[in-house]
Amino acid sequence: MKTLMTCTAGLALVAGMAAAEEVRVYNWSDYIDEGLLEKFEAETGIDLIYDVFDSNELLETKMLAGGSGYDVVVPTGTFLQRQIMAGAFQKLDASKLSNSANMWDVISDRTATYDPGNEYSINYMWGTTGIGVNTGKVAEVLGADAPINSLSLIMDPANMEKLASCGVHILDAPTEIIPAALAYAGMNPDGKDAESLAKAEEILMAVRPHVQKFHSSEYINALANGDICVAFGWSGDILQARDRAAEAGNGVEVAYNAPVEGALMWFDQMAIPVDAPNPEGAHKFLDFIMNAENMAAASNYVYYANGNKASQEFLAEDVIGDTAIYPDEAALETLYTVTPFGPKEQRTLTRLWTKIKSGT
Amino acid sequence: MRRAVLIAIPYVWLVALFLVPFLIVLKISLSDIALARPPYTPQLDLAAGWDGIKSFFAALDFENFTFLATDDLYWKAYLSSLKIALVSTFLTLLVGYPIAYGMARAAPEWRPTLLMLVILPFWTSFLIRVYSWMGILSTEGVLNQFLLGIGVISEPLQIMNTNTAVYIGIVYTYLPFMILPIYSALEKLDDSLLEAAEDLGCSRLSAFWLVTIPLSTGGIVAGCFLVFIPALGEFVIPSLLGGSDTLMIGKVLWEEFFSNRDWPVASAVAVILLLILVIPIILFQRNQQLAREADT
Repeated sequence: MKTLMTCTAGLALVAGMAAAEEVRVYNWSDYIDEGLLEKFEAETGIDLIYDVFDSNELLETKMLAGGSGYDVVVPTGTFLQRQIMAGAFQKLDASKLSNSANMWDVISDRTATYDPGNEYSINYMWGTTGIGVNTGKVAEVLGADAPINSLSLIMDPANMEKLASCGVHILDAPTEIIPAALAYAGMNPDGKDAESLAKAEEILMAVRPHVQKFHSSEYINALANGDICVAFGWSGDILQARDRAAEAGNGVEVAYNAPVEGALMWFDQMAIPVDAPNPEGAHKFLDFIMNAENMAAASNYVYYANGNKASQEFLAEDVIGDTAIYPDEAALETLYTVTPFGPKEQRTLTRLWTKIKSGT
Repeated sequence: MRRAVLIAIPYVWLVALFLVPFLIVLKISLSDIALARPPYTPQLDLAAGWDGIKSFFAALDFENFTFLATDDLYWKAYLSSLKIALVSTFLTLLVGYPIAYGMARAAPEWRPTLLMLVILPFWTSFLIRVYSWMGILSTEGVLNQFLLGIGVISEPLQIMNTNTAVYIGIVYTYLPFMILPIYSALEKLDDSLLEAAEDLGCSRLSAFWLVTIPLSTGGIVAGCFLVFIPALGEFVIPSLLGGSDTLMIGKVLWEEFFSNRDWPVASAVAVILLLILVIPIILFQRNQQLAREADT
């Protein structure tokens, strides 16, 4: 009898464990106010399992392999488009997203290029890819009139040769760096023909010996600590580095500039994989994120603009008022967007990238 | 009947865990890259019956292998892996042999303790041990701090993110695989043979060369293969300790798969890596076979 009771108790325990609802979210590193994760758990009683990545390529590998086990993932627009074509995502159920009226049409119109009708995704954050500098060190190396708002800072070998002594990091993201090289050359940043790629190769091969590392997340700390003096990276990451440096009071001053030659504007979209174990919970998470106050809290923390109109009244002044985060009309003009590479073009691109990174 | 079952077990094992995965990889290597889940085509469509199978095989080709052959990245990576594996095997032998010799010559009551010390690091995760080497070798690391402290160097040495760090990592990680087979060969060595050599006029050094080394060849060869084979396909050590210039086929394979999302090319690289590895593995097997025959 006693055994039977233990068994029943054990079964009840197992059943209890199975009933505890889980949502697994796979987002970029340093990309949320962690207080929001606890708030979500407290509000919904769902266990939130939160993992991070730092490359769209890695995320796409998991999405195309299938069975990732995640309920919400955050690819960038161009990658989202490829993965929608591959059938990796499920359509959102609008009836479960009560906060969708909060979204900002200026951004939704743009994201519709990647996800027509925004059927598969909601915008989480958007931003630009640009140049972060340690102003003191760069002035020391290149003089006070260093072109810190121009791509020539990192694409001109003469500048890079001098900057190599204090350290330059560049994103390990071919789909962002090749367009930047083309913008520097005055060509169409979205060019995918052999001539464009050859030009980008020529520019990047000349500066690669002076790049300390191609990496997509280490530069936040490296820039904040003063280990490197230039990073070509994502706007909010560099602004986070600026804040970390200011908090540390180590005398490092970081500045972000979108290049005058034009900056890539990208959109990180939250989507639900087609084989998500808990799509119901995933919708709850999306709706939670689309809440104006929650979205504002996230932006205030990570210094990226979001696609949520209603959140703007809750944004801190140093976020909504900073044109590096929310560009004004004139700055918006200089921003460009890109389209995804097809599978065969993709192979040429990645081969080129390997060559740029390894020199072979 | 029982005999058949007994023989069948290892074959089922081999087919399920080696042949089937290999055929899947081979199939992907003959496919085309596609934007789909999974990201290659064709997929075998058994519902379409015989026509499905025919069109499936018709769509396979060797395009990815031609791609590998025309691009110098891959053979450079193979050659560079081969070089790194050979050099580090040699270095491991150089470090491992004296250790094994010392252990085999130690007083018998000490041997289990020494053996334990060699095996002990395996109780810690391999990844953590490689990470700790990052802490030792980096410019701000323990080694540089120590050398700067005692005044041997004035500028920190750049060891981290170079091939030197990769060699250190491989030698450190695979040392026990070298020590153990050599130790087991040396331990069996009959001391009276050395005495006989000295009685016959050999110096201690020439006795070592003429008696000890030849009798431990089996252990040396086994140790070298056990280091060389995994080192050739090594991925973790070059990606954590090596720099962007470190070219190893394991790393190229990882990048093809995870960064380039090019499963067909990644599989083609894997198939060739396997073919290259099969040669030393067969040689190793033959060596073990010969050793067994010599024993009986």
